[in-house]
Amino acid sequence: MLRFLLKRLALTIPTFVALMFVTFVAIRMVPGDPVEVRTGERGISPERLAQFRHELGLDQPVWKQFADYAWGLLHGDFGTSVVTNERVLTEFLQLFPATLELAFFAMVFAILIGIPAGVMAALKRGSVFDQTLMGLSLTGFSMPIFWWGLLLIMLVSERLGWTPVSGRIDLIKFYFEPVTGFMLIDALLSDQAGAFKSAFHHLMLPMIVLGTVPLATLARMTRSSMLEVLSEDYVRTAYAKGLSPFRVIGLHALRNALIPVVTIIGLQVGSLMAGAVLTETIFSWPGVGKWLIESIGRRDYPALQGGILLISSIVIVVNLTVDMLYGFINPRIRHGQ
Amino acid sequence: MSHFRKTGLAALSFALLLGASAVSAKTLVYCSEGSPENFTPALNTTGTSFDAARPVYNQLVEFERGSTKVVPALAESWTTSPDGLEITFKLRKGVKWHSVTGFKPTRDMNADDVLFSFERQSKADHPYAKISGGKYDYFADMGMTKLLKSLVKKDDYTIVMTLSEPNAPILANLAMDFASIHSAEYAEALLKSGKPEQFDQVPVGTGPFSFITYQKDAVIRFKANKEFWGEKALIDDLVYAITPDPTARYSKLKANECQFAAYPRPADLAEMQKDPSLKVISQSGLNIAYWAFNVTKKPFDDKRVRQAMNMAIDKAAIMRDVYLGAGTAAINFIPPTLWSYNTTVKDYPYDPAKAQALLKEAGVTAPIEIDLWYMPVQRPYNPNAKRIAEMMQADLAKIGVNAKLVTYEWGEYRKRAQQGEPTTVQLGWTGDNGDPDNFFFLRGCAAARPGGQNISKWCNEEFDVRLKKAATLTDPKERTKLYEEMQAIMKEEAPDMTIAHSIVFEVMRKEVEGYKQSPLGGHKFIGVDIK
Repeated sequence: MLRFLLKRLALTIPTFVALMFVTFVAIRMVPGDPVEVRTGERGISPERLAQFRHELGLDQPVWKQFADYAWGLLHGDFGTSVVTNERVLTEFLQLFPATLELAFFAMVFAILIGIPAGVMAALKRGSVFDQTLMGLSLTGFSMPIFWWGLLLIMLVSERLGWTPVSGRIDLIKFYFEPVTGFMLIDALLSDQAGAFKSAFHHLMLPMIVLGTVPLATLARMTRSSMLEVLSEDYVRTAYAKGLSPFRVIGLHALRNALIPVVTIIGLQVGSLMAGAVLTETIFSWPGVGKWLIESIGRRDYPALQGGILLISSIVIVVNLTVDMLYGFINPRIRHGQ
Repeated sequence: MSHFRKTGLAALSFALLLGASAVSAKTLVYCSEGSPENFTPALNTTGTSFDAARPVYNQLVEFERGSTKVVPALAESWTTSPDGLEITFKLRKGVKWHSVTGFKPTRDMNADDVLFSFERQSKADHPYAKISGGKYDYFADMGMTKLLKSLVKKDDYTIVMTLSEPNAPILANLAMDFASIHSAEYAEALLKSGKPEQFDQVPVGTGPFSFITYQKDAVIRFKANKEFWGEKALIDDLVYAITPDPTARYSKLKANECQFAAYPRPADLAEMQKDPSLKVISQSGLNIAYWAFNVTKKPFDDKRVRQAMNMAIDKAAIMRDVYLGAGTAAINFIPPTLWSYNTTVKDYPYDPAKAQALLKEAGVTAPIEIDLWYMPVQRPYNPNAKRIAEMMQADLAKIGVNAKLVTYEWGEYRKRAQQGEPTTVQLGWTGDNGDPDNFFFLRGCAAARPGGQNISKWCNEEFDVRLKKAATLTDPKERTKLYEEMQAIMKEEAPDMTIAHSIVFEVMRKEVEGYKQSPLGGHKFIGVDIK
């Protein structure tokens, strides 16, 4: 097991280095730098322009900038935002709970609906339910998040008035200082009547929007995995033994069918983070996604580099954990290594 | 106590309770477009950050709400010495500082605070000079580094500002956000406790609202300052809900989740205007989009050629097809909302035949080749420079002028334009302080040097003499006269074709009353009420 873990860990190092390089280069390929964005039409003297560039280290050769950046990273320094002058890690940690809260509930939503729907579709293969569900999941899978979010806001928030348009809580009625950064928990801790309900109301639409793609993926995966398992001999044997369909499906088939689904859940973390960038922008959700979008506009190199690297690290860690978990659930994988 | 008296008391208490709820706190939620960089205006350059700090601070002098007129604020009055080099400010007494967690002011605002606020920006060895990055762009860009010779405290409520040369626009500069007055006592307390960065994150000011909290990228909260020295706020709480997406801002406004939304999308305006629950107001922005002709390059050294260019372009079509109603054709280099605007100046008519005749007169034989530079980015004054360039190109072709469209990356574009590389070039300007000098300096001789901001490199003596003189005068009437003459000279000499001033729209709920749009842009919620 330890060898498996070490091998997996070693594999993440080149991924990490590549990521570091890509984030560093990509942002520099966008025209304009933080100094130019800051100055606009203003007639800034060449001396001051040079001084600004010097202070930010932008007058150094690119390889030197990269080396400094890498050196900082090796010392756990993700840099300082050129806009707010705060440590990138501090900013990230302030905003990450909001993203985590959203991503977590989006995943819960996807699992709670996606897996049972997939199982049902597999059991009623070829039925109207199955075909409708698969049609819907294909639609959900190919839905552009931005469009879907705006559509839901127009329909559910504006027309029907069921949920708020955006934000995390009703700003007029409730005010409390964040303790954990997780709005639902903070609302509970605040002891203000109705705060939790308001926070949950605000979470609903973004959760659905972000959870749609994983839901569609999970439903499809569960269905195909379940179909495969249902045709296995041991399932037939279980039926032959006279076990109830509930036991056969719930105990024997589902447990085995879920093995590939767990991997898919892990892989979805990456797309959840990508989706969070758009969802947070549409719903004014103050998480790391929205922060990254704003940082692009401001050409805040350190914030972008650090932010993307931190998110990628989380995705890498989650995938690694899933790999481990997979090995744990399915000993064949572990022993095969 | 009799039964009736008890009932009466109960009824009274109930009525009082009802009354209390009827006068419950009024909250205005403003859907703002982004997060502030920090809360010290001197460190910032963006409207978003200025808006976020504006409720908290005052300056020595301020722009009257809804205009560019400079009025007393923390300085009750001021006198200028006859040579124009010394300005003596008398400070207002009894101005209270806000309290925040961990800081309770022990004294009122005084001259030490004024000294602190300017010295932080002007003295490199000031204990706060390097805090939070320490870049004071506006202080430098408005020429304050050279202009401000000394600032001396005469007594607790008198400050004497000495200038290196007479300068009329200085008062307008002092009304800008970068000149906000901060608490020296607060700064010192934070320095002692080793947390000077907090100074720029948790602002303490004297303004109509005091700062309560900022949750990054989410919300900023302010509370009405009951001890405010001026006109008290009509609302109790002011909340900035940070909502970067304009569509989301519009939706929130419709759902009454916010009562005022920043920067509506032009495409939504028609629908907003039809919505009975919303109110849309507009005015000309303090900006100008222009097409400059490099007078150092042939054939643009001849004013007849420049005039011909002015006549060749169908400006009305540009307004219609590019600005889509969100702009007004610019006649002068300054917008009509700015004082000293010359209403007698007439724009060149769209007359290709006359343009051709003028070219001929100037000895230019068609066809000629010119280059026409357009910005690669959208600006507040120009929604689509490329589209404008294409329309100009088509118009110019009609008089035998073949324009080659050129563009560069934005930083490179400005640099090359300032070096005088293009023959003709589109650019623009957004005013800072509501002083005409802040626009006209762009065509002064000093800025015509290579690398200077006068990208037409036009240096006209008649114009420049007036520009310099107007900057030293303090009488607004005399200044107005000079600026009016300068506008007439500019039109005749045509160093540019003035394209447009954008129109700035503001949208709010119907219930919001008393909002006055500032010609300088930005948002101010003092005097605003919710009915």
